[in-house]
Amino acid sequence: MSNDESREHTFSVLVDNESGVLHRVVGLFSGRGYNIESLTVSEVEEEERLSKITIVTSGTPMIIDQIRAQLDRLVQVHNVANLTSDGPSVQREMALVKVTGKGEQRVESLRIADIFRAHVVDSTNSSFVFEVVGQTDKLDAFIELMKPIGLADVSRTGVVAIARGAET
Amino acid sequence: MSTKRFIGGEIIIKALIDQDVEVVFGYPGGVTLPLYDQIYKQNRLRHILVGHEQGGMHAAEGYARSTGKPGVVMATSGPGATNTVTGLVDALMDSIPLVCLTGQVTSNLIGNDAFQEADTTGITRSATKHNYLVKSTEDLARILHEAFYVATNGRPGPVLVDIPKDVLLGTGAYVGPEASEPRNYKPRLNPDAKAIEEAVDLLASAKRPIIYAGGGIVNSGPKASKLLTKLVRATGFPCTTTLMGLGTFPASDPLYIGMPGMHGTYEANLAMHDCDVMLNVGARFDDRVTGRTDAFAPGAKKIHIDIDPSSINKNIAVDVAVIGDAGKALDKIIGLWNKKKIKPDAKALKAWWRSIDKWRGIDCLAYDQDAKAAIMPQFALETLHKTLAGSDYYVTTDVGQHQMWSAQYLRFDEPNRWMTSGGLGTMGYGIPAAMGVQVAHPNSRVVCVTSEGSLMMNVQEMVTISKNNLPVKILSLNNNVLGMIRQWQELFHDNHESECDLSGGADFIKMAEAFGFTALSASRPDEAAGAIAEMLATPGPVFLNMAVARDENVFPMIPSGAAHNEIDLGPNKQLVSA
Ligand SMILES: Cc1cc2nc3c(=O)[nH]c(=O)nc-3n(C[C@H](O)[C@H](O)[C@H](O)COP(=O)(O)OP(=O)(O)OC[C@H]3O[C@@H](n4cnc5c(N)ncnc54)[C@H](O)[C@@H]3O)c2cc1C
Ligand SMILES: Cc1ncc(C[n+]2csc(CCOP(=O)(O)OP(=O)(O)O)c2C)c(N)n1
Repeated sequence: MSNDESREHTFSVLVDNESGVLHRVVGLFSGRGYNIESLTVSEVEEEERLSKITIVTSGTPMIIDQIRAQLDRLVQVHNVANLTSDGPSVQREMALVKVTGKGEQRVESLRIADIFRAHVVDSTNSSFVFEVVGQTDKLDAFIELMKPIGLADVSRTGVVAIARGAET
Repeated sequence: MSTKRFIGGEIIIKALIDQDVEVVFGYPGGVTLPLYDQIYKQNRLRHILVGHEQGGMHAAEGYARSTGKPGVVMATSGPGATNTVTGLVDALMDSIPLVCLTGQVTSNLIGNDAFQEADTTGITRSATKHNYLVKSTEDLARILHEAFYVATNGRPGPVLVDIPKDVLLGTGAYVGPEASEPRNYKPRLNPDAKAIEEAVDLLASAKRPIIYAGGGIVNSGPKASKLLTKLVRATGFPCTTTLMGLGTFPASDPLYIGMPGMHGTYEANLAMHDCDVMLNVGARFDDRVTGRTDAFAPGAKKIHIDIDPSSINKNIAVDVAVIGDAGKALDKIIGLWNKKKIKPDAKALKAWWRSIDKWRGIDCLAYDQDAKAAIMPQFALETLHKTLAGSDYYVTTDVGQHQMWSAQYLRFDEPNRWMTSGGLGTMGYGIPAAMGVQVAHPNSRVVCVTSEGSLMMNVQEMVTISKNNLPVKILSLNNNVLGMIRQWQELFHDNHESECDLSGGADFIKMAEAFGFTALSASRPDEAAGAIAEMLATPGPVFLNMAVARDENVFPMIPSGAAHNEIDLGPNKQLVSA
């Protein structure tokens, strides 16, 4: 039944920026056996002391509804949006990708970086650090292409997302 | 605003009094000494020194469940706090409002593995509805009031406030409850009118309806039980109540068909299975009730009234979700039912009741006492029921076979009269819970039904009971075995009685006497009624050690993960079909 299919969903959760809130959210996922594919958190409202947690998870429609209801009932949670099902949204992730190599490898890595609009943010005579921004699959593709050239290290931010349009 | 400043300990006392707290169950320790010094200096708030913090938790649960008010506990840091954990989870599972205040080491020592330090908020985060670590005396009053708000609003539950010693000793301003609503916790109480309309239309169309009522009705308050009763009687639909909902609809009413689920009645389970419309009010489709979920009420349209949106579609997908308070939803449903002048399909309903009466006719709770040398536990509880009937009484239980027989044979006509650990199934709940109930209702009869396994798990509270002159009656149905374990080993593990034998245990009569109880015993069937009457008539705390048949099983039984119509009625009864 297509209704039981597991799909990826991105939640955006506005929370009080207090100690313990991240533990509560993460504990909810681990305690109830939900997946976390990516998680980011940062303060977004200094005066009101609010943080936004973006969580990419996956599950059947019943599980996804449960996750939303479970998040929504936490005392420190102000708002829960399902950016996958509530309407169109923009999703971005950033990666810092270290590639090592000499000569032709360096040229090739710069050529790929150019195609992906990645920037060089650090360089030595045997390495580059690229900054690449985009959807998760774009980052995956970039990293995949760097592997044979000399991929040395990767750091990724995880997904941040926001609803499209004027509504907040 | 007043600028007067108070010491942290004083703020706690003031806040508790402003929250109408009459009694606190507690146990002191190093870091809570400043608080206990404030308790010493006042006489508005009653503090009951318990024997163990877990006992304090269950006492507070009994107090809360029997009054509808939050229960309050105080414990020290480290071991005091960790001793509260079972009680917190118990209250979380059964939606019991509690506020638990724990002491914490001085703020600047937190994280240093200080003496009696434990990461209490970390440990209890998944054991509470919410918890707080107070960082400054200035925040203390607001957080305490917020804790009461969160514990009692929406789906009730336990809230813990962890208070470092320096916060107890420091000074801060006091704010009252008015100023302390949490900034965004606003549970929804009023159901959506469209959902009510859909629910009423479905109920009106029903040919084989059932009303499945749960603990949420107790949480909503006595008015919700009255409304449930009104709705059931107005519709003429059969009503079943969960273990947590016993008493929300009068068991003496002919429309009552008993408890559903694993040890529920045959008629309730077959009616759940065969119904075409199910109205769930404040129950959570627990797996002990649903059995195998894909075989649960397969042909039924389901309506679910629950205050907690996360209860909806958690275990069972429903057709109509009514999110809000049970009492408010029932009121709206009855209003619309009357306004639309709905008459249920009388012919269909009659046929449905014919089926139910046929199931009822096999008398699934019948047992055989005659010609038995030992007291049957069922007989003991039926006798207890007859002896209590018509009086002002409360019953608590422990966990195991005696709990299930109590649920089957003690029949409640009112909510808040029955206290049991349903969701967590905590052995050791019964005695302290009875203590909490008796503290709340000093002039009522309070009986704890237990058995020798559970008895030993919080037996220390018998001392608290007798020291406080609480006339709690403990009926211990002793079968020399962890009965429920033995039953499962017999039925599902080739009768391998592994580590469940309790014979040769303590001399419970001497023990009860040492703890300040009047101790009685009975072991012959002809002694049972007299002993129960004597237990109830004897003033003060009484312990009745009643030896019961060892190898009796609780039936009916739906094996874990089976369907409702795969019910086992026990060796002597035959299934009938509708
Ligand atoms: C040994 C053993 C055997 C058991 N066997 C059985 C059995 O055979 N049958 C049985 O029924 N149980 C049995 N249980 C108990 C079972 O485990 C569950 O605890 C019980 O079924 C849950 O009851 P409930 O559905 O009424 O929900 P509760 O746990 O009482 O939950 C209440 C529900 O109501 C909601 N609610 C709270 N406040 C409100 C409000 N104001 N308005 C509306 N909704 C509200 C809550 O969100 C929640 O969903 C057994 C337990 C043990 C230990
Ligand atoms: C704290 C705790 N430990 C273990 C269990 C598992 N358990 C459930 S029922 C039961 C046996 C209870 O025995 P007893 O209290 O003597 O009651 P009986 O079944 O004999 O009536 C056990 C061990 C539990 N519910 N709680």
